[in-house]
Amino acid sequence: MMNTHIYVENNKAIEIKKIPTLNYDEFYNIAVELLPKEEVHCVNYFGFPYGEKLKFICAFADDKEHKIALLSYEFENKNVKDLNLKSLTETFPAMHIFEREINENFGIMFQGHPWLKPIRFPHNRYDKKLQISQYPFYQIESEQLHEVGVGPIHAGVIEPGHFRFICNGENVLSLEIQLGWQHRGIENLFLKNENWLGRNLLAENIAGDTAIGHASTFASAIESLAGIKISKRLKIERMIALELERIATNTGDMSALCTDIAYQLGAAVFGILRTPIVNFTQRWCGNRLGKGMIRIGGTHYPLTPELRRELHEVLKKYKKKFLEMAHQCYHLVSLQDRFDDIGTLTKKQVRLIGAVGMAARMAGLPRDIRKSHPSGGYEFVNYEPITLESGDVFARFLLRSKEIQESLKLIENIISNDSVFAETDDMFEVDKPLTIQKDSFVLSLTEGWRGEICHTAITDNKGDLLFYKIKDPSLHNWKALELSLRNLEISDFPINNKSYNLSYAGNDL
Amino acid sequence: MTGMALLLAFVTAFFIPGIIGAVKAKSCGRKAPSLIQPMFDIFRLLKKGSVYSNSTSFIFQIAPIVYFATIFLGLFFLPFGAEKGIFGFTSDFIFLAYLLAIGKFFMILSAIDTASPFEGMGANREAFYSMLIEPVFFTIMGSLALVAQPPSLGNLYANAGALSDTPYLSWMIIVFIIYILFNIALVENSRLPVDDPKTHLELTMVHEVMVLDNSGFDLGLIQAANALKFALYGGLIANFFLSPEFHLITNVAIFLGMGVLFAIAIGLSESFRARNKMKKNSLYIVLMFSLAVLIFFLILAMNSKFILT
Repeated sequence: MMNTHIYVENNKAIEIKKIPTLNYDEFYNIAVELLPKEEVHCVNYFGFPYGEKLKFICAFADDKEHKIALLSYEFENKNVKDLNLKSLTETFPAMHIFEREINENFGIMFQGHPWLKPIRFPHNRYDKKLQISQYPFYQIESEQLHEVGVGPIHAGVIEPGHFRFICNGENVLSLEIQLGWQHRGIENLFLKNENWLGRNLLAENIAGDTAIGHASTFASAIESLAGIKISKRLKIERMIALELERIATNTGDMSALCTDIAYQLGAAVFGILRTPIVNFTQRWCGNRLGKGMIRIGGTHYPLTPELRRELHEVLKKYKKKFLEMAHQCYHLVSLQDRFDDIGTLTKKQVRLIGAVGMAARMAGLPRDIRKSHPSGGYEFVNYEPITLESGDVFARFLLRSKEIQESLKLIENIISNDSVFAETDDMFEVDKPLTIQKDSFVLSLTEGWRGEICHTAITDNKGDLLFYKIKDPSLHNWKALELSLRNLEISDFPINNKSYNLSYAGNDL
Repeated sequence: MTGMALLLAFVTAFFIPGIIGAVKAKSCGRKAPSLIQPMFDIFRLLKKGSVYSNSTSFIFQIAPIVYFATIFLGLFFLPFGAEKGIFGFTSDFIFLAYLLAIGKFFMILSAIDTASPFEGMGANREAFYSMLIEPVFFTIMGSLALVAQPPSLGNLYANAGALSDTPYLSWMIIVFIIYILFNIALVENSRLPVDDPKTHLELTMVHEVMVLDNSGFDLGLIQAANALKFALYGGLIANFFLSPEFHLITNVAIFLGMGVLFAIAIGLSESFRARNKMKKNSLYIVLMFSLAVLIFFLILAMNSKFILT
């Protein structure tokens, strides 16, 4: 048993040799053994060229044991196109997106997978004849039904994505979301760019609204590979930055949700409230989205006592107004009526599709990396995830408000503790040359505002990156939006879309 | 003074969109734009040419003109208190209702003409809500006509005070009638809670999505027509408060004042609530219908035309 897979912790680098290599049947059997447990879900599953071979690594996070199981199997590179493997998706639908990605990249067939559709049409895809314009949409032939296509170019400044509705009158029978328009080949750019600062900047730009989330995941992964131990103070400052990002985006989303239901007061007030938070981030690091704040091994922008005092003031003012407005919202009948019972997902559904972050917690599935695999600043706080039961648009609205209040509490508790911020040693040692462990593997998980962000780095025998894999929570959660729309009116699509607020860029990479 | 109502309607139409916008801006702590900003926008649009898609037919090109013309002509029927408008004849309110319906019919046709799935959807919704709101309007007018012979718009208002034996009771009924007329105005002018004029989301639009393909002069005409439509419904409400016993200037002041109040009421009603679910709109309109029917029977009973046993 022990030789079949290995358990690692979040942000702990290991030698890649230590991950036992299985054959596919063994891998399949272990996966089938692990996945039915409620606390286990797949955080990443990908393949990459490894010498003459194709190596596949699959990571299952165990939320109860606070450990991540790593499984691996290999194939000769030249054999892969004849492969016809048994699909895990058949039993565990949450695996569908990973198997689709592997199929798109290497042409491996998975028997029993319902439909191996392409995800993002990368330049190095297996079947280059397949173009984004020929995406195989699901269709229903009927005189009574009609299709509505929205996008990929939208009215307004929104990222590109195509939504195909099959409707019976006003009711949506099926929604299919086709993404990939935003594909930039960012994983390959990580390998091409040999400068660590350049890679750090890339990480900040994986998804513009999660700059701090992705950058801190990247920094933790690389620090672990380089054996850099960062101070408690820096860990806490990164946590504060991450929580500020969470507060700002969630407030912005609450404003946007109010806009979509034409509730003007909520839209205006939440919109105004977001500004002081992002303005503070700008005062702290020079950028409203926190770009430039997270650097490997240190920071250019320590949280000085003056900044802390200012943050305290900003949050105090924010909290008073926010609570007042949130209270208004909970007691507004027309808002309740618009949000309640719209786009409901059950706990069973979110578990089946492997939803993470807020999309899981809104239906009662307590998936939160801050609790299950804490690293960085979260090692010093005891965070309890908030879950709601109803799983509808109102639950997603309410969850945002509750998470904001929880983040406020967390920041307020920690910035009042001066002893934490006394350390100043390694803070400014940024951009020094890194000595990276050779032939190693690290998996880094962070709970961004959307959900779990997973970065995986693999190094070669010269101590440079061999492969870098990014997973944004949106990859899982787009399916939740598709399911939410079933049997709903088409006019309810915008509020559902906004209530998830998923990333196109994070999915398309 | 037969043209007075028409003249005043133009004045109110000039300010109503601006007042609504200003009230909405103020109520959420924003700086309000100028009261005549919407008029500047309309004049800017009227100076431009229009762009037509190759896939549309002449229907698309004439629809905005027909829409504007019907509403413009509709204003000729607007009475000034008890005085009839420029046009006025027995049962002219039926003519007025269907005159407006012609304009709407052409707008629906033009939306379908573009062959856009969004516009088709919007046209479908607009037709559905118009169909539901029509009986509400006729029931209200019919209730007033129970005590006004012959039933022309001017006569309806002249006899509104005689809805029951006591003026207090009459006024109570008139308050309800105004409430329903106000709601009809919200539906017909595509305001909250049925529609959201400010939304950018095509999938949730009703009226706005139908004019997505219109541009320049045509769009200007449609917006001008919308402003006139506001004035028409504002006028229908204001007329209840006019009296032949008042001085002309008092009446003019009341008419304009009611127009401003009407705009403020719309602005306030849109500031502190969310819009309905699409499914709930029909329920909301049918609720108005049931209220209208209630008023109809109330007036019948009070005038002993309908004996409760």
